[in-house]
Amino acid sequence: MTVGLFIPCYVDQFYPQVAKATLSLLEKLGVNVVFPMNQTCCGQPMANSGFEHLTHGCNSLFIKNFKDFDYIVCPSGSCTLHVKDHLHDEEHEEIAKAIRGKVYELTEFLTDVLKVEKLDAKFPYKVGMHQSCHGQRGLKLSQMTELVAPPFSKPEKLLRMVEGVEIIQLSRKDECCGFGGTFCVAEEAVSVKMGKDRVEDHVSNGAQVITGADMSCLMHMEGILRRQKSPVKVMHIAEILNGDIESLN
Amino acid sequence: MSANNKSMNDLNSSLRGGGSRERILTAVKKNQPELMTLPVVKNFPQGFSSPVEKFSEVLKGIGGSVYEVANYTEVLHILTANFPGANRIMSTVQELSSINKGDTGYEDPHSLEDVDLAVISSPLAVAENGAVWTMDSLVPQRVLPFICQHLAVIVNKENLVSSMHEAYDKIGNADYGFGVFIAGPSKTADIEQSLVLGAHGPKSMTVFLIG
Amino acid sequence: MKKDHAALADKFNQDEPRVDWHDETLWWIRQKRDKAAFGIPEWEELRETASRIKFNVLSNLSQYLEQFEKAALDNGVQVHWAADGEEHNRIVHSILQKHGVDRLVKSKSMLTEECHLNEYLQEHGVEVIDTDLGERIVQLAKEPPSHIVLPCIHWKKEEIGELFHQHLGTPKGNADPQYLTNAARLHLREKFLTRKLAITGVNFAVAETGEMVVCTNEGNADMGAHLADVHIACMGIEKIIPQRKHLGVFLRLLARSATGQPITTYSSHFKKPRKGQEMHIVLVDNGRSRQLGRPEFRNSLKCIRCGACFNTCPVYRRSGGHSYHNAVAGPIGAILAPNLDMKKNADLPFASTLCGSCSNVCPVKIDIHDQLYKWRQVLVKDGYVSSAKAASMKAMAATLSNPALFKIAGKLGRWTIKHAPFVVNNGLNPWFKNREMPEPPKESFREWYQKNRSGTPQPSAGREPQYKEPSKSKIPH
Repeated sequence: MTVGLFIPCYVDQFYPQVAKATLSLLEKLGVNVVFPMNQTCCGQPMANSGFEHLTHGCNSLFIKNFKDFDYIVCPSGSCTLHVKDHLHDEEHEEIAKAIRGKVYELTEFLTDVLKVEKLDAKFPYKVGMHQSCHGQRGLKLSQMTELVAPPFSKPEKLLRMVEGVEIIQLSRKDECCGFGGTFCVAEEAVSVKMGKDRVEDHVSNGAQVITGADMSCLMHMEGILRRQKSPVKVMHIAEILNGDIESLN
Repeated sequence: MSANNKSMNDLNSSLRGGGSRERILTAVKKNQPELMTLPVVKNFPQGFSSPVEKFSEVLKGIGGSVYEVANYTEVLHILTANFPGANRIMSTVQELSSINKGDTGYEDPHSLEDVDLAVISSPLAVAENGAVWTMDSLVPQRVLPFICQHLAVIVNKENLVSSMHEAYDKIGNADYGFGVFIAGPSKTADIEQSLVLGAHGPKSMTVFLIG
Repeated sequence: MKKDHAALADKFNQDEPRVDWHDETLWWIRQKRDKAAFGIPEWEELRETASRIKFNVLSNLSQYLEQFEKAALDNGVQVHWAADGEEHNRIVHSILQKHGVDRLVKSKSMLTEECHLNEYLQEHGVEVIDTDLGERIVQLAKEPPSHIVLPCIHWKKEEIGELFHQHLGTPKGNADPQYLTNAARLHLREKFLTRKLAITGVNFAVAETGEMVVCTNEGNADMGAHLADVHIACMGIEKIIPQRKHLGVFLRLLARSATGQPITTYSSHFKKPRKGQEMHIVLVDNGRSRQLGRPEFRNSLKCIRCGACFNTCPVYRRSGGHSYHNAVAGPIGAILAPNLDMKKNADLPFASTLCGSCSNVCPVKIDIHDQLYKWRQVLVKDGYVSSAKAASMKAMAATLSNPALFKIAGKLGRWTIKHAPFVVNNGLNPWFKNREMPEPPKESFREWYQKNRSGTPQPSAGREPQYKEPSKSKIPH
């Protein structure tokens, strides 16, 4: 099985350690991984701003880069969802359709395709799990509090395989952090307030680390934590599952 | 047709928006999508172990009181004990007419303004939400259960159903002029979400389950 | 230019403790809704049923409207049709004139808010008393409601106490909800008893029977309608449901979604006028037939106005209803408003993170957050966003479509953050106002990958894409 590693543009630029952890984790699980060097961005920043009609270039580039893989795996629910919902190409619609069907967010790839049951990792900290909206409500990585249905969570299932992890309970289990792409600058006041409230829920419930399957939400919360000079850290779930960080210091 | 009638008809048709009616219907017809089938509404059986208990629990939860009684004499005792200060009591229930007090005229709805206690009967109550149904054929003035300070409702236990689906099955195509589900006293939480009973209508609602 | 949602929300956020209070009050209602919904094991099936009934309604609306009209006329009710808000207001006013009425009571109707009926009637010398307590409060304060179910959810009890002191003569400093509610009860009872005409809204109108159902907790619609000589019910044409038995589905969902109650205190079925009374129904289009013609947006017309999407919306809770500058605020307002006026409401579909919670609580399963996304596309294409934004988006698209450009831009971006913090890290960058920028790493992932994994074969990006079946054996299930 060959997996194309799809790394969100801002992760490539600002959080290379997350991409490295994703690569390393998949390789440890015996997957052949290739990172296509010419990938850029899925086009979501334009599309969510109302400019989906400008994403044709991103789409055809994405198709060129990822068409030949068995699976495409991405450490971001949001970017995965965008490709699943909006990747189209008039000239190559069949290929686009196939890609939409084989793109996976990292944690769902681990639980649903690789069917991972155990991990060799240790992380003796209190962890707050941030349910990113697009992963949760879009990809259905975990049950949503609004729906009358039994609970489940793919990312939490994986976190529980890591030795020492203690998942804290939040008072609002799946409230949005307020990042929202360009929303974070266009609606600065509300975005910041949402971020502060989300961080506060984690901190007041004892989280030492806030984790999640989407670095964009974590980047937003990190920006607030650092402004508050909080000792609480954010860490992508791949970094914890990969087990390469055993100490926060 | 006299000139006068004709101008009245013109007025009526312009009032009804004669032109707009056609325009709206044409636009709707043009823009509505292809017919989508009406789903069959399931009955969704509720499986309450005791509908009476469920009804009582729910109605109490929304500010009502419930008494299980064997007969009308018990109802009389309870009402007399609970509303000693009532100056005007109007019962539309034949068996409880002895409780009537003060003016018993129904002609003008406004004249019911000082009714302290109204007693009405209900042919249907719903366990899932604590609601009772009544219709204008059972109340001489529609406003009575709303304008009174306190409301008492008599329901035969046999007429308790589990869900709203069953309730509408029972209502069927009854040809009332006005019908209403009432669930608890009139209430509001508009001031800082603090629940206050007695917004405009009754400050209390007592349901007697007979049988 | 009028202030947009972001500017109004910014103003709302100047008082952070108040934002917290607003947020927590609404979240509490969301929790009550959850508790009520989880008490119904068939909740999701009920939502699906309601949704499908509404789809049927929209697909057969013209026939249902005619059926409803006929049944209502047979019931002795007078039926009027209004193409827009203006005509609606004129029709209502003409009925008042016919009866020589210049003062009336009105229970809650978002439609009359949408049509600005109160302003219209006041300009024509008619006194309108809103009788829902929350609506009366905002009316005394000369404000529009900030929430369709909880009109004065943004008001604190002390402020209401002061308002009542000024208008109803309650003692200064008394802010007890029980006391204030009773003062309003006495104040409004006098209005109910003296007004000859009552206006109500409509929650559901049954095509089969011609009856309309009005739901309140206070009983104000009934007090008004049953005491008045003339009852006018105003409704949007989308309020139709096919049969009486469908009320079972909708009444189970409405109050539980709205406030977590099992049902509203009163669910009143008005079918025929009482003896000696006149009953009118005004059927209003006001853009609804246009919305019906937009396949991607028509299903917003399924809305039953429960307000659940308001209470769950993290943006609404932290920006307040008035920041939406539309009669219907919140997520549903943001997808209804552009249909009424695209230019005026172009900001609203952007007042969302697209988190999707609204669609999940919606009792009739409107895909609210998907429609927000789709409205953004329409508003951009029709030229309702600033040219500066369009230009920057074009530049971004050009960069992201070109791997070589992207590499340079990325380097510049990280270099900028690392070496010239004054460029980005200043008050002009809205991110930096309250948040730190990410720490720039030494190298990007692709730079690291190039150095450390140069041996990994790359996909053949040069040739035309060929469709390749994924190796079936490796796909689970």
